[in-house]
Amino acid sequence: MQRLVLNEEQQMLKDSAAGFLKDSGSVSQLRELRDNRDATGFSSSLWQQMVEMGLAGTLIPEAFGGSEFGHVGMGQISEQAGRNLTAAPLFASGILGVSALLLAGNDDQKKQLEAIAAGQLLTALAIDEQGRHAPNRVSTTASPDGDGYVLDGQKTFVVDGHVANTLIVSARTAGEADDEAGITLFLVDAKASGVEVERTIMVDSHNAAVVRLSGVRVPASAVLGAVDQGYSVLTSLLDIGNAHLAAELLGIAEESFEQTMNYIRDRKQFGVTVASFQALQHRAAHLFSELELLKSVVLKALRSLDEQADNTSAMVSLAKAKACEIAQLATNEGVQMHGGVGMTDEYDIGLFMKRARPLQQLFGDYAYHADRYARLNGY
Amino acid sequence: MADLETFRQETRAWLEQNCPQSMRSPFKSDKDVCWGGRNWTFQSDDQRLWLERMAERGWTAPDWPAEYGGGGLSREEHKILREELARIQARPPLNSFGVWMIGPALLKFGSEELKRQHLPPIVRGEIRWCQGYSEPGAGSDLAGLQTRAVDQGDHFIVNGQKVWTSYADKADWMFALVRTNPDVKKQEGISLVLFDMTTPGVSTRPIKLISGSSPFCETFLDDVRVEKNQVVGEVDKGWGIAKYLLTHEREMIGGFGRTAAGQKTLPRQAVDQLGLSEGQLADSFMRADIARWDLDAKAFEVTVERVTDEARSGQGVGHASAMLKYYGTELNKRRQELLLGIYGSEAMVWEGEAWQEGALPRQWLRSKGNSIEGGTSEIQLNVIAKNILGLG
Repeated sequence: MQRLVLNEEQQMLKDSAAGFLKDSGSVSQLRELRDNRDATGFSSSLWQQMVEMGLAGTLIPEAFGGSEFGHVGMGQISEQAGRNLTAAPLFASGILGVSALLLAGNDDQKKQLEAIAAGQLLTALAIDEQGRHAPNRVSTTASPDGDGYVLDGQKTFVVDGHVANTLIVSARTAGEADDEAGITLFLVDAKASGVEVERTIMVDSHNAAVVRLSGVRVPASAVLGAVDQGYSVLTSLLDIGNAHLAAELLGIAEESFEQTMNYIRDRKQFGVTVASFQALQHRAAHLFSELELLKSVVLKALRSLDEQADNTSAMVSLAKAKACEIAQLATNEGVQMHGGVGMTDEYDIGLFMKRARPLQQLFGDYAYHADRYARLNGY
Repeated sequence: MADLETFRQETRAWLEQNCPQSMRSPFKSDKDVCWGGRNWTFQSDDQRLWLERMAERGWTAPDWPAEYGGGGLSREEHKILREELARIQARPPLNSFGVWMIGPALLKFGSEELKRQHLPPIVRGEIRWCQGYSEPGAGSDLAGLQTRAVDQGDHFIVNGQKVWTSYADKADWMFALVRTNPDVKKQEGISLVLFDMTTPGVSTRPIKLISGSSPFCETFLDDVRVEKNQVVGEVDKGWGIAKYLLTHEREMIGGFGRTAAGQKTLPRQAVDQLGLSEGQLADSFMRADIARWDLDAKAFEVTVERVTDEARSGQGVGHASAMLKYYGTELNKRRQELLLGIYGSEAMVWEGEAWQEGALPRQWLRSKGNSIEGGTSEIQLNVIAKNILGLG
């Protein structure tokens, strides 16, 4: 069995992503985008550089213009994006869009991978219809119409939906509201008639959208995968998404922790550093231990995806659950240990707390994945 | 690789021939464990045979050099042996503080003479060891120990008291930390010495615990003669060896409570006791508690795998043992509390054959010591905060 450590190639990817994002996709860039009310919410020059470095094609096979470094490789970039709060469409397009096409796309549809690798196509996944994640709860309908379909319904929390060219939409072609069977995935042109996209600026200054579909006509060729069988594709796709969200949350938790440790080593009260107080030391040491566990399960989940292990879904839910729990703990402790300045916009720690929560909610939080882990283990 | 495959086939065949059938099932109780030593009474002929045969090959200490009686196996071979033993659910032939603790310390720090004297009897299970560390006045502050060893030329005379000595009443030899120099910084005047428990002046008294058992003793040392050649490493340099041994001990204790092969997992026990309703554990509050523990336990297991792999690859943080000890023992305590809920009043019964003589409440009570022995959880957190995080 392969050792549970990064290989040389993955370590290099991690180091280069760390250096690059610290320089070019940092927290100060996010602040600028926010304060200038940027029209897209991300830096197009950063995205262009990421494309040129091949980051957008990390999961794409070489035949389609990518480097096929796998999920452990891409996960290193996700982790560094978490450390820097990087605003870029890498997750929506380079991970979710690419994986959807790889999992279910036909030969024609897979050609779009080249456009993603080249930075010419942005995608967004439009699946949830209510605040709390529930991928089976689909009331958006796709009704047969001639040799195509007509879509009606509304999607929410569509990450980077405001800039996407293509929306990947789940819609009901059969069954009742909560049924897993009868869900079909569609590739929908964001400019198609009847598609209305409303940008929603989120608490973390990143972006999502509400997508309204009113009598949107799509051809039969827009179906991604098999009709009525979309849920199993969606399950695999969400496993991929959640493993990378766990990696990004790991980056957020690590960076919050390190910044907080630096702060308490410097901050003096009562004539000594606050790091000398055992009340803080033990909480910090506990958090350190939890972070070590989180690193392990994130790597395990990414590795499981690459190896297509039988227990991949359980390992992903384990990683996402722990990532939600520990990112929440690390950011909450971060703000508290910073004291008053933790409440200010000037210090970064608050931004990390605000970034963690939407990522926790996206595709299921701690409770969602703890429940799923239990079900997958027969209880 | 072909060599390893051959090794696996040969090992499998040898175990098939030599491991008695009755030794191919998990321990049913503590009484099934073989500790060896001069005073050991074998529970069965099979238990004796199994120890002798494994010891003959050095497989009670598979990775020790063959010249000291060990198996001389490479890391890969050792792994294969473990896998093949697990495959037939073979019981460990010997539980031994000699193999786990003083042996590795002697290999690393001991003189050639000490290695030749002590290692082979450990491998054969002939000498049972105990550890003399804690004292009534030196628990968490171990380096403050007061047991005094006075230089008498060719030997030391030792006076003092040790406490929490595991199985001192059954052990043949002790490795003990003693103060050889009271006039220097407390960590710099400590030595690690070895002596026979039958030496005049050594006496032990078992301590009865809340679990009803007495695995620990007080050990009294009154004018005990310890030969100079029985000092491990240099005189006054024992603290470094002690820390090395504590790391070993932490890793061992941190591994307590992990589900052994063939043992039912906690969720499985809950399902058997409480039943399922629409595929989910019938008690939803308890299900959530169990899932929370299960996630942490699995994450811990994966972390042990990662930390081990990192060490083999020459990466990773030092002091991982403090983190593993802290987290592993807290997990085991949570597990024991959950078991009380799962079995309810059945877990409250103290005696009676139908309740395995109170195994559940006794192991629950025993687990409370996990986060105290080998350095309390609070000490582990101090170690992490100071040595890894640089807080102070």
